[in-house]
Amino acid sequence: MLALLVLLPIAAFLALLCGAPARLTAIGAAALNLTLALVAACSWHCSSWAFSVPVLAKPAINLAFGFPDGMSVVMVLLTAIVTLAAVLSGKAPAGRETLYFGSSLLLSGGALGAFAATDLFFFYAFHELALLPTFLMIGILGRGERRAAAWKITIYLGLGSIVLLAGLVWLANLTGTFDMGKMAAAAGNIDPAAQKAIAALLLVGFGTLVSLFPFHSWAAPAYASAPAPIAMLHAGVLKKFGLYGLLRLAIPLVPDGLQVWLNPLLLLLLGNILWVGYVTVSQKRLDLLLGNSSVMHMGYIFLAIAALIAMPDNPLARSAAIVLMFAHGISIALLFDLTDRIERSTGSLEMADLGGLAKATPALAFMFGIAAMASIGLPGLANFAGEVLVFLAAFKSYTGTAGLAPVQLACIASIWGVVISAVYMLRAYRNIFQGPAVNLTATAPDLALSDRAAALLLIVTLFAVGLYPNLLLNLLK
Amino acid sequence: MNLAWLLLFLPFAASLANQLVLKKTGLAPLVSVASALATFILAVMLLGTQGSAAFHWASIGDFHLDIGLQLDTLSTGMMLVVTGIGLPVHVFSLAYMKDDDGKARYFTGLSLFMFSMTGIVLADNFIMTFIFWELVGFSSYLLIGHWYRKPSAADAAKKAFITNRIGDFGFMIGILMLWGITGQLSFDKMKPGLEAFQCANPTIWVGVLSATVLCIFCGAVGKSAQVPLHVWLPDAMEGPTPVSALIHAATMVAAGVYMLFRVQFTLGCEVFQQLPASDVIAWTGGITALLAALMATQQDDIKRVLAYSTLSQLGYMVMAVGFVAGDAGMFHLFTHAWFKALLFLGSGAVIFACHHQQNIWQMGGLMKTMPLTTLTFAAGCAALIAVPGTSGFFSKELILDAAYQAGSPLFWVGAFVAVLTPFYMTRLFVVAFLGKPRSDHAAHAREVGPLMLVPLAVLALLAISSGYSFLNRFAPALPHHAGEFHFNLVAGVSMAALVIGVVAGWRLYAGKDHDPICIPLLRERFKFDWFYDTILIRYFQDLLASIIHFFDEFLINGLLVGGLSRSAEGFGNLFRRVQSGSLQGYAFVFGLGVILVIYFTVFI
Repeated sequence: MLALLVLLPIAAFLALLCGAPARLTAIGAAALNLTLALVAACSWHCSSWAFSVPVLAKPAINLAFGFPDGMSVVMVLLTAIVTLAAVLSGKAPAGRETLYFGSSLLLSGGALGAFAATDLFFFYAFHELALLPTFLMIGILGRGERRAAAWKITIYLGLGSIVLLAGLVWLANLTGTFDMGKMAAAAGNIDPAAQKAIAALLLVGFGTLVSLFPFHSWAAPAYASAPAPIAMLHAGVLKKFGLYGLLRLAIPLVPDGLQVWLNPLLLLLLGNILWVGYVTVSQKRLDLLLGNSSVMHMGYIFLAIAALIAMPDNPLARSAAIVLMFAHGISIALLFDLTDRIERSTGSLEMADLGGLAKATPALAFMFGIAAMASIGLPGLANFAGEVLVFLAAFKSYTGTAGLAPVQLACIASIWGVVISAVYMLRAYRNIFQGPAVNLTATAPDLALSDRAAALLLIVTLFAVGLYPNLLLNLLK
Repeated sequence: MNLAWLLLFLPFAASLANQLVLKKTGLAPLVSVASALATFILAVMLLGTQGSAAFHWASIGDFHLDIGLQLDTLSTGMMLVVTGIGLPVHVFSLAYMKDDDGKARYFTGLSLFMFSMTGIVLADNFIMTFIFWELVGFSSYLLIGHWYRKPSAADAAKKAFITNRIGDFGFMIGILMLWGITGQLSFDKMKPGLEAFQCANPTIWVGVLSATVLCIFCGAVGKSAQVPLHVWLPDAMEGPTPVSALIHAATMVAAGVYMLFRVQFTLGCEVFQQLPASDVIAWTGGITALLAALMATQQDDIKRVLAYSTLSQLGYMVMAVGFVAGDAGMFHLFTHAWFKALLFLGSGAVIFACHHQQNIWQMGGLMKTMPLTTLTFAAGCAALIAVPGTSGFFSKELILDAAYQAGSPLFWVGAFVAVLTPFYMTRLFVVAFLGKPRSDHAAHAREVGPLMLVPLAVLALLAISSGYSFLNRFAPALPHHAGEFHFNLVAGVSMAALVIGVVAGWRLYAGKDHDPICIPLLRERFKFDWFYDTILIRYFQDLLASIIHFFDEFLINGLLVGGLSRSAEGFGNLFRRVQSGSLQGYAFVFGLGVILVIYFTVFI
């Protein structure tokens, strides 16, 4: 079953290569996949989801998928939802349909494979597979300085992946297996010195993939340049791979090693939230602003991970991280989707050139408003639930008797980010949608039906989780 | 309890229905008004009942965040205020927003606000309070920015939201610390945890708890617009006037005060008496009351005068919180809600009749053209300036009395504010309603229709009478001695203040065509806004942001990454054969990765 879920987008990609109608096939595959993912969400406890085919006998490598816990299900669900929205709203340049939709499918398949893999080799390989269309699409169909952006993200993520690979191979060597389930069982054998080194490799490797400060400067230009579906899928889904990896591998396997790096990690995540937060404030273009804001919000998920490192028996932190990964994925996908609509509708993303767009495009203004509010953590939308759980997780061990621990101090500083994001988001909304209409916005066309369908899918998801977070949290039980 | 859930979710259902289905049908206003009427009836039915109910909203193991309702005298009394103001404001809006093309959006916002406010009042735990606290801020953002095409309205909405967020920064930290100290989030379970904490830490508990309370107080400073976060409230007057009456006079801004009382009752008044934080709270309130009243004396916009007056009265309430005189502050919140909503709606009627002219110096002589509106407005003025016998008199008496009992110099600050209040209200009344019309709009003003007059009349009645203890039966939040009066020093001082203020205002402003005094510092609002806009936002925040942006671009991106990618590019050039671009680079890196994997897995 799970193999079907993972391989369906890849099969659809192959069908596209053979000449199937691009958009229809992509939408069909994505819709089917979302259905499968929803079925998986209801029944992931069943063992029938697991799948394993031996690939190599020595060392034993299997093409194996499974749901070791609810986190994988949530990530698979996230991937399926964003994929459907991305292909629904995708507008390929003439003659490039196959490349455009095929790359989205390939990215989706790679992400699904990485999140569902229970074998270390395929965990890594599927992620690499998903990166390939990202680089290609930026290089070929990107906007603006696409060469530079593509080159930068390639170098960055390539180097990050190599660092990561070193850490993973070291882990596989010490535990003597590629089976991620068995690795956890054998984790006790890893001595402190090795733990420390491996933890550093994993933090830097996974961290680069998630744009952990100061390895973040690939993100904003890449997202600004990438075609909308790629920005949606990479920022929304694939970027979460690094966080997923930290939660899946680093926390259970090298907890003591991570402990050593707790304080540096706290500083770096504050770099994400405060430093990059202020970088975001000074952006003049909407796409760069959103790219930076997505870097900034990664800081909150790292805060949850730091809380988990500081207090290993902290179920709050783990759940908080997962909820926030999901919420951020949906909301940033929605933002990139609608940003693309703004550019198509007005021809510009320079905030100084825009204004009063809400008059001509009420539906776009309404939906972008929801996305903006979600991203700044308005209650009722999913991101708030994640953020408040992160803060509670960081304060789990505080009793008032002793002073504030480093993770709590970092939490307090990070709450200032809630103000920063309100500043840049409302400023952007004010400059683009409010005030008197200008030349570019006076007669801009509003959203088409297929655009609305894609955005609605994401908005409904944001509301569902935001109004009742237990919908998502129950999956983690 | 089912009724209470209905009370909470009915306005939400109304706003949802308006937004999703009724937007284009013209039914949206009626649905909202019907929901306001129904919630008012529900609130009356629930008055004085006790009970609680909750469901798990977010659960992780045995940790639960709940959405829960707590009915007690405080919350049901407050609900009466919220729905009791909400209903006349909804009705008034029917007439006021009659010709607005965003009418459906407006009523959707009103219903959303009623939902959020109900949530704050009925919440049984801090996280739920915070959730609805933010939603109240959001609906206020929507309504202030209702005329979003007007730059000043859009800016005001943004300012309100961000200023409130700054307060919420502290509020969230306070909630987290209190959670850590007591181990609980719901109000009725906090006390034992606090007592255990006090026993375990006899020396430091005062300091830790003071810090916590001050953090929580930050939230109230934002929402109840206390100095130094008061700047959003006068700007919020850019919203439609009924919104100002409901949100920015009677309910939302009172939420901060209400929340502080809730915290005081939760943690125990005797605890607060020992906290230095209480002094900070009292002084913040006193300073706000004074500065705002001073600024009110020099405003020319009728709504701005009322806005600064609101700030000043909120300052009184916060001062009462600081003196741990919960019933006095809550009483003033109760009476102030009616008469300030009345004054705002009255000013709305005037603005409506004068074709959106808001400058009082362009009005004048409205008493002849709009006698009924003038009469109700006068009733509101009487209550606000605390004419003996009106509701405002009794409630302000209690606060001044609390200050006097505490032996605090704030008593004299309060007394001075009691001089300024009748002064600026006399100025407003004399200039706008008496004398001769000073513009065509004022000369041609007509009395407003019954949809506006009836709410005004109802509120006028309440403005006069809501201070008497017979209302105890309806509003259990009132102290039992409400409406009683003993002549003592405090009463003497406040009556003298009233006389001085009215006489000074009359002497200075009767028959004048322009303002005889001009104090630039007061007109420029003590330069608070200038300081924030120029120093903090432009020079500090934006400059800081661009400096950080510069370093990010040139240090991290330029040197660090640039160096790396240049060396990698050079490396990649060696392999450049087929075509140029990123594919190559990636293929190289990817290939290297695969080789490494094979090497490690097969050969080691």
